[in-house]
Amino acid sequence: MSGEHDELPVAARVRRLEERMIAAGLATDEEFDDILERVFTSASPVNGARIVAHAWTDPGYRERLLADGNAAAAELGFGAGTQGYLLKAVENTPAVHNMIVCTLCSCYPTALLGPSPSWYKSFAYRSRAVREPRAVLAEFGLELPDSTEIRVWDANSESRYLVVPLRAEGTDGMDESELASSVTRNGLIGTAIR
Amino acid sequence: MTRFGAGARVRARVADPDGHTRLPRYACGHTGQVVEARGTWQLPDEAVHGVFRSEPVYAVRFDAAELWGSGSHSVILDLWESYLEEAP
Repeated sequence: MSGEHDELPVAARVRRLEERMIAAGLATDEEFDDILERVFTSASPVNGARIVAHAWTDPGYRERLLADGNAAAAELGFGAGTQGYLLKAVENTPAVHNMIVCTLCSCYPTALLGPSPSWYKSFAYRSRAVREPRAVLAEFGLELPDSTEIRVWDANSESRYLVVPLRAEGTDGMDESELASSVTRNGLIGTAIR
Repeated sequence: MTRFGAGARVRARVADPDGHTRLPRYACGHTGQVVEARGTWQLPDEAVHGVFRSEPVYAVRFDAAELWGSGSHSVILDLWESYLEEAP
């Protein structure tokens, strides 16, 4: 979660839920702390950017990523963080732009994109992304040609999406880590060109 | 065993149930095309009541014009088999 939540009613509600689970013998405080620490120390868009840069430089990996996102993520050491859902990589091309949303809540692959930004969880983004994506993208400063087809992927069920942005022109000489640093969290969501 | 193959025309159930569902209301009653099967997953509508039954899930693509009456983009959702029927 982004921002501070200590003072919000939701923090108290979450704590009450935790206490109920502990009282029922389903979990312990130590287990909750351990899970949160693992999630928030390792979850980062740097991970998604590494996957994208590797796909840009290794055609075989790109194919494996598009065919089976979970296996491809595991290949780079992100298997543990991407369990429990179907990871789908969706690739931008000059003709197609992909963007992701969760209209029902705020799902996305946190291990690869980091904690979701507050706008991703907002009612405005969740309702408008599926209705008028071109206008939403323009507000993010991304003006796409009318000829570009836009595909909006709603993570309403058990699939989690990672957008593979277009590699910038003139980057042939860049190594993988330089390429990875050109990829932003918004690029992985599809609200930036990369 | 999956009921729908890639390319099948399907319609999302019209009714919006009282309880929990992962069928967003904006897709209810609309017709789309199966992109691919996405494996078998527990049906959340029943799981919230303690009934654990798995069903095939499909990625289904809807044209914006079908969902909203305008627009040129498409929206892809994952939908459980019991959310879907063959398109009329």
